[in-house]
Amino acid sequence: MVVVALPAPRSDRGWPETLLRFCRKKPLGAAGGFIMLVIVFTAIFANVLQTHDPIATNAAATLAPPSAAHWLGTDHLGRDIYSRILHGARVSLLVGLGSTLVASLLGGIIGLLSGYVGGKTDLVVQRFMDILQGLPLLVLALVMAAALGPSIPNVILAISIPIMPRAARVIRSSVLSIREFQYVEAARSLGLTHLRIAFRHILPNTVGPFIVLGTAQLGSAILTEAALSFLGLGVPEPYPSWGRMLSVSAAEYAQKAPWLVLFPGIAISLAVFGSNLLGDALRDTLDPRLRGA
Amino acid sequence: MKTYLAQRLGIAALTLFGMSLVIFVLLRLAPGDIVDILFSTGGYVNPSERVAIEKELGLDKPLWAQYVEWMRNMATGDLGKSYRYDLPAWEIIRPLLPVTIELATLSMIVAVLLGVPTGVISAVRQDSTLDYVLRVVSLAGLSMPSFWLGMVIILALVAWIGWIPPMTYVPARENLKLHMIQFALPALAVGYRSSALIMRITRSALLEVMREDYIRTARAKGQGERTVIWNHALKNAILPVVTVIGIEFAFLIGGLVVTETVFNLPGIARFLVQAILWRDYPIVQTLVMFIAMVVIISNLAVDMLYGVLDPRVRYGN
Repeated sequence: MVVVALPAPRSDRGWPETLLRFCRKKPLGAAGGFIMLVIVFTAIFANVLQTHDPIATNAAATLAPPSAAHWLGTDHLGRDIYSRILHGARVSLLVGLGSTLVASLLGGIIGLLSGYVGGKTDLVVQRFMDILQGLPLLVLALVMAAALGPSIPNVILAISIPIMPRAARVIRSSVLSIREFQYVEAARSLGLTHLRIAFRHILPNTVGPFIVLGTAQLGSAILTEAALSFLGLGVPEPYPSWGRMLSVSAAEYAQKAPWLVLFPGIAISLAVFGSNLLGDALRDTLDPRLRGA
Repeated sequence: MKTYLAQRLGIAALTLFGMSLVIFVLLRLAPGDIVDILFSTGGYVNPSERVAIEKELGLDKPLWAQYVEWMRNMATGDLGKSYRYDLPAWEIIRPLLPVTIELATLSMIVAVLLGVPTGVISAVRQDSTLDYVLRVVSLAGLSMPSFWLGMVIILALVAWIGWIPPMTYVPARENLKLHMIQFALPALAVGYRSSALIMRITRSALLEVMREDYIRTARAKGQGERTVIWNHALKNAILPVVTVIGIEFAFLIGGLVVTETVFNLPGIARFLVQAILWRDYPIVQTLVMFIAMVVIISNLAVDMLYGVLDPRVRYGN
């Protein structure tokens, strides 16, 4: 897969018009963007939108069905599901965006240097990436999460390391072709240092694949966090996490209180669905060559 | 062909070796070991007992010595002993294998039966309402956690027909019908997710092939549209589909980790989680190496299959 970001055609249109054009040409992508905006909004204003304290237990109202007092019902400890889902958006977005960002940065730098330097370094780095990609994402993340111990930064790290090789691969192949461009040769003949050429002249041209990759990985990062937390290896108490809301306790009470299972799962699915829709549309727009990949 | 295969096998061996190092170091980084867990839950209190257990399990030796011993044992086919069950690792893992293989195979069948036809329909009816609906439905499959989907299917069954699926594993020998139902639900949940990937790749590969000259020729000859699509176009579009199927098959195990837990199926994926939580190093190491081997072999198998499916692909000189 060779990805080259062509220099974007200069447009005199302002951003509102560009946005409008995107919405008209990619209605599904715009819908995805809208879903993500709503989730970001709820994450930021969770404290304002909540109806109850998300971690306060209430023995008088355990497993209450959805009602006017508790819009989405309560769990086995009497905690309000609606308020917990709002705060869960914070955790999901923090871990999702955090691990995508860390993975893209680490993978980007590794891919950039490995592609630019080439030769034996490149070979060794690629073999190391092979090793990290030799296990399913969740399996490696599981082992890493167990090794690092449960905390939010550790979960971010445990998810970003398995994702990193994908970023490294894409950026590397993009760098391999950019490296041969004449302007790079010109920069070299001017006597610029390698580091300066790599970061100032090659890196900016990989922005397209970077964005595409980031949105594409966001969904799987959120899903992995949910699975890790579900298994008890993810985000620790007392933070409300969508994955842990589905966990053992929910499975135990599922038949008595199906809302325990339904709503957190819908929240996860919506977040991932939104980022997938947006990711697909961005890919088609920024990188037509990656279509369907 | 032979040199190519030898090269690939060499890289595979190197990858597995690297994997063994990574997994070994990662597990030893983990806070606490089986002895700590035994002490906090098993009622052991005497420090001399601690030393004795550590010595018995070989945890008192330096790390490099533990690694060398592991490698030496593996070379002789000895996979070590489970710390928790005090049984050879292989004896514990062997009965779990058929469950996971069966579930993975069933899921893959569901995924292919669902993914390929919808991909073809979506490509043929490109940009129609049907195309949009199928694409959204398949993207939804990629977005739902498969373990959650499994839980929802069970809930729906309970609510609609009042039937609760068996929550303990039923072997095929005991009750074949119940066994199949028990596997069908998780296979459906996991297969739906994988089908989304297969559908997307089938659609885009077919769209690309449909633009080629020979398709126009076939149509000009007066071939029926059905023959053109299923016999002429799909034959060339199937290559990337096979890749995705191969990769998905290997990576299915990731999806099974949580699904086996939800459905209480005694497979290796569920057991891996328990072994990790118990710091049962030999079991985790063996399982991880096994999964890595499955990934590598299926990747290799896909590449070899290329040569069979597409005569234009030749390996080596």
